[in-house]
Order: sequence, then C-alpha cells, then structure tokens
Amino acid sequence: MQLLTDFTSAILGLILSPLGVVLLLAIVAYLVSMRKATGFYAEHGREVHSLPFYNAAYVTLAVFIPPVLFLIAFSLIAPMIFEMLVKNAYQSHLLTLSDFQKSNFINNVFALSSGNITSKSSALITEASQYLASLKEVGSYIKWGGTIALAVIFGCLAYRSVGPRLRARNRVEIIVKTFLIICSIIAVLTTIGIVLSLVFESLRFFQKVPLSEFLFGMHWSPQTSIRPGQVSAEGSFGAIPLIAGTLLITFIAMLVAGPIGLMSAIYLSDYASPKFRSTAKPVLEILAGIPTVVYGFFAALTIAPLIRGWGESLGLSVASESALAAGLVMGIMIIPLVSSLSDDVINAVPQSMRDGSYGLGATKSETIKQVVLPAALPGIVSAMLLATSRAIGETMIVVMAAGLAANLTINPLEAVTTVTVQIVTLLVGDQEFDSAKTLAAFALGLLLFIITLTLNVIALRVVQKYREQYD
Amino acid sequence: MEVQSIESKKAEQTRQVEQAKKMSPAEETASQPQGPIKMSGKDVSVFYGEKQALFDVNLEILENSVTSLIGPSGCGKSTFLRCLNRMNDVIDICRVSGLITLEGEDIYNPELDVVELRARVGMVFQKPNPFPKSIYDNIAYGPRIHGLTTDRAELDELVESSLKKAGLWEEVKDRLTESGTGLSGGQQQRLCIARAIATRPDVILMDEPCSALDPIATATIEELIDDLRKNYTIVIVTHSMQQAARVSQRTAFFHLGKIIEEGETSQIFTNPRNKKTQDYITGRYG
Repeated sequence: MQLLTDFTSAILGLILSPLGVVLLLAIVAYLVSMRKATGFYAEHGREVHSLPFYNAAYVTLAVFIPPVLFLIAFSLIAPMIFEMLVKNAYQSHLLTLSDFQKSNFINNVFALSSGNITSKSSALITEASQYLASLKEVGSYIKWGGTIALAVIFGCLAYRSVGPRLRARNRVEIIVKTFLIICSIIAVLTTIGIVLSLVFESLRFFQKVPLSEFLFGMHWSPQTSIRPGQVSAEGSFGAIPLIAGTLLITFIAMLVAGPIGLMSAIYLSDYASPKFRSTAKPVLEILAGIPTVVYGFFAALTIAPLIRGWGESLGLSVASESALAAGLVMGIMIIPLVSSLSDDVINAVPQSMRDGSYGLGATKSETIKQVVLPAALPGIVSAMLLATSRAIGETMIVVMAAGLAANLTINPLEAVTTVTVQIVTLLVGDQEFDSAKTLAAFALGLLLFIITLTLNVIALRVVQKYREQYD
Repeated sequence: MEVQSIESKKAEQTRQVEQAKKMSPAEETASQPQGPIKMSGKDVSVFYGEKQALFDVNLEILENSVTSLIGPSGCGKSTFLRCLNRMNDVIDICRVSGLITLEGEDIYNPELDVVELRARVGMVFQKPNPFPKSIYDNIAYGPRIHGLTTDRAELDELVESSLKKAGLWEEVKDRLTESGTGLSGGQQQRLCIARAIATRPDVILMDEPCSALDPIATATIEELIDDLRKNYTIVIVTHSMQQAARVSQRTAFFHLGKIIEEGETSQIFTNPRNKKTQDYITGRYG
C-alpha cells in the first residue's frame, strides 16, 4: 500500500513538473496536428508531400524538444548562477575565510535551503539560505515560464506551417538523424574522456616517478610515506614484474584456450550434427556467462590446492597462489570466446569451397586442414588476439588466484601479480589522490589500455583484410 | 530408426550388386549405340528427408562423349549429377537408392572408398570456386592429396599440362604464385576445370559451368569441353538448349525427377519422340 502511494505521488510529481507539462502539451499537439493533417490529406490525397503521421510528429517534436533543451540548460546553469549571486552578496564575510571554510559555508547554505541537515549552523548561514531560497523561487518562475513559452511558441509556429506542401517527413528524419548522431557522440566522448583522464593523471604520476623507471624498473613495491616526514621505505615503481606476470598468465591462458577453443570450433562447424551443434553452442556460451568472480574462487579454492597437491606429490614446491592456477582457469574462461569467434569465421568460409575440395576427392580432414583453415586463418588470428586482450585485462581471477607478490619470474608454479591486480590493490580502501602510489594506478591503467588497444587494432585490421578477400 | 535405414540400405545395395553382376554382361551387348558404357544409373531414386527428388532414373553415360542433362529448374538433373560422385553424401538428410556403376562397379558399395571415387569422377561447380591459394597450389591440390607425383619436377609438369589442357596456361604461366581468386570469372572456371583434370579423372561432371560467365568466356569453355572429350567422359548440366546442342553427343531431358527422354543430341533436338521434350526445347514450356 505504501508502495502504491509512493508510486502515485511520484507520478503526480512528474506530471506537475515542467517536464510533465511539456509531455502533456506534446500529446495535445500530436492529437491536434494529426487531426489537421488527416483533414488535408483526405482532401488532397497524393499531392500531399508527407503522410499525416510525419506532420503530427513534426509538431510534437517542435513542442517537445526546445523546452527540454531549455530545462537541461537551466538545470546545469542555474546552480552556478545561484552560487555566484550568494558569493557576491556575502563577499565581505567570505573574504575572511580560508578556501576550505568558504566551500563549507556554501555547502551549508545550499544544504539548509533544500531542507537538509547542516554540519553547523549560524545566523549568517540561515540568512544566506533564505536569500538563496528567494533566488530559487525566482528561478522556478523563469523555469516554468520559459518552458511553457517555448513549447507554445514553437508548437504554434510548427502547427501553422503544417500543410500539404510542408516537407515534414524530411524534417522529422533530420531530427531523428541528429538524435542518433548525439547518441553515438556520447559514446565516443565518454571514451575520449576516460582516455584523457588516464593520460592526465598518468602525467601527474610521471612528474613524481620518471617514465624510464616505470617502464624499465625491475622492482615493484608501491610504498610511500603517508605523512610528510614519516619514516618508511622509499617506494619503487618498476612495472616490469607486473608486465611479466601478466604476460605469463596470459600465455598460460592462451595455451589452454587457443587449442581447445579452435578444435571445438572445428568440431562444431564441420563435424558435429546440426542437432548436437544446436545444443552444444548455447552450452558453450553459458560458460561465457559465468561471472568472473565465480571463476576466481574456483581457481583459488579448487584448482590452486589441486595443483599444489600434485606439485608436492612430484616433489615440486608450489606456491598456494600460482600463475598456473590463475592461467588455467582464465584459459577455461576464454574458451567460449575463442571457439565462438573461430566458429563464426570457419562458418563464413563458403560451402562451395568445401564442395570444391570434396569434389577433388579430399577427405574431411584434408579439406579442413588445407582449405578451410587457411581460408579462415586471418579470422582465427584476430579471434586469438581478441581473446588475448581479454585475458590481459581480466581482473577478478588473478586477484583471487594469482597472488600479490610482484615476483619477476617465468616459473608458473610461483605466485606472480598482474597489472590489473596491482590497480585493484592500489585503489582499494581510503586513498590520497595525489600520492605517487594512487597515481601509479592510472599509469598502469594507461599501460594496460595501450596494450589491449594495440592488440584490438591489429585484430580489426586482420579481419578487414579477410573481409576484402571474400567480397 | 536411422541405423535401421542404413542397414536396410546396405542390404539393398548388396542385393543390387549381385543383381548387377548377373545383369551386366547382357546389358552391355543390348544397348550400345556408340563406345562402351562408362557410368550407368539404374532405378536411381533420391530423397531429401521425406521429399523424393528423383524417381527411378535410368541413364547410361558413354565413354569419351559429352552427355548433357537438361530440364527446367528443380527437375533433379543436378541431383542426379551429384549422385555420380556421391557429392550428395555431404548432405545429411539425403538418401540414395538404386544402382550407379562406374565401369560396372557399384559406386555406393560400402567397401568402395568415396575419396577414390571422387578422384576418378571429378566435378566442376556452377560458381567458380578456386581455393584462396596460389594458382599453382590450386592445381597441385588434388595431386598432392592423392600422392600422384613423387617429386617437384613431376608436379610442375602435371600442373603445366593440366593448365594447358584447360587452355589457361598461356594466360597464367607468368603468375602461378598469384592467388587463384584474383583471376577473372572465366579464368577461374577454367582454373577449376584444370584443377579437376590434375587428379587424372576418368569422368568430369560439370554443374552448369557457364551460368556465371559472359558469352565470350562461355564460348571458350565450350570449346574446351569439346577438346576434353577426347580424353575424358563428360556429363554436363545446363540450362541453355544451345549449349546442350553445341557441346553434347547425348542428351537426357529431366522433368519432375524423371527422365522423359534420352538419346543422341541430334535426335532429341531435331526429332524428339516425346511431346514434353519438344515443348521444352522449343521454349514453349519450362
């Protein structure tokens, strides 16, 4: 019952907000303009440029889009203006405060005016918050007035222009196209933003630790003093042991996933009966859907002790967290990726190619080895590269099963650590955001990004070349 | 269910082989208008799942002659052609009954190796399908898998002679290492013919080999087919009446999975015995 009233009041709130009103106006605009458009469509028939739907959609969008853009702009700009005005009004008081106190004051004023609890209250803060409340009231008038005025003005203009010769379809299509462009730009901009933040934070890191030490240093122990003057070990930030550990585990993983994935793809595409294939493929894809954290504790709690037991029975010393355990499980994890990508490219080899080979008296295995696989090779290579970059970027399994010790070793029975594991350990818990230790995470992230990006670019290039061959 | 059908098929086949042994001597003397019989189909029926595509087809293919199979689309001529080198085995749901022989030997005999059969009965497909390998490797593919040559020089010679027989040597002799997929459509089809010749087959099956080619490339291939007749037995499926008339000595007209009429090409085209054949070749039907 409580849920229902909450829901109803949420809906009511939406309808009574400027956005709700715009939505209602848009619906009204649609109905009204639809009526007008069907009217002249019935009268003029084929002479009308656009179908009634496009005319109505055009008016609706004209009512909807300008106010929504206004609302977005208002909600972004208004708080900044409010803050500026409050600061101006209390300039004399603020001048006496430190930077930290200044922002604290502003925060308190804003919190109080929205009815929240403040950390400390004073007469001045209360007064300022009342001033802010009055500003907000004015703002709300501007918001409502602007929204409704825009909706009505643009709606009326669009409604008047609706007629048999209006190219409403073209205009609606331009709006739709713009919307699609904006969506794709958001994705691209986000990527660029992430990369830029990586780059800038890394640059800050490289001011503290030289690039050469980071790239070629053989020792990784990111300990720095927390307080100035604290006695502690000087941190060293050589990424080589991390890269070596990452590559070792990735190599083990690909040693598992490459052959098994490729062989199962060959079996599924060329040997399996359709019935078996239709069962086995989804099952294989379920393997891809298992959360990596599950693989992680499978590696840490099942595989690692198993390997350790075997190692001991053979007289080998095996660390309880070993590169081998993490690599094996990671390999199992990427089998579906390798096999389903390879299966796709093997299936893309035309049947006529296989027929040609069978027609010459080749057996199935000769056909696969000498015709199908060579033809699919570029695609298989790119599948392997994509799987490799997946393995390099994988985090959860290695966090749980590979260990934290930054050993520079190629012995798979020892514990190693990877780039991703170190990023996690550097950022877990309370951190200062300008110490070399924390910033090192960004530099590692950038390094990881560059490696996987390079692999992906190569893979895509190879796939493109492959496509050209068959078109 | 499936096991049962395979077993019954085997039993049927052995019975038919015995039958054939009894029948074949009499057969050969009975109907032999020209040359010896290279391949023959007796009561061949083909099923795709539940659907029957061929109904008791009987056809004899004479040595060193071109036999063309004509008929409207979906009449079963390609299906019959694919039975002759068991390419239908590739299709899971396909089932063949009846007796098909190559030089008196049942080709569906379980003891016969299909690989060996296909080396003797080569096939050229509707769409040129060169492998994405060099021109040389395309031709050398068959000889290599069948171990036909012992050293490199011999293989070189076989590649050259196959390309010469297919009339492609002059055009490609300077670029044998280039990819076979870079050739023009007509050249690709001749490459596929050369590839089939290189395995030294007795019979070459062609499934509408010119349907993807322009008239000039078609003319080249037709001349080639006429040349090849001296050394090989050729069966060709075609949609073009003129092509059948130009290249073949014998013609079989298929309709709805049955052979309506077969005989010498000149007779079929000038004086068909069956009304349906006449309608089809004069373009009134099909």
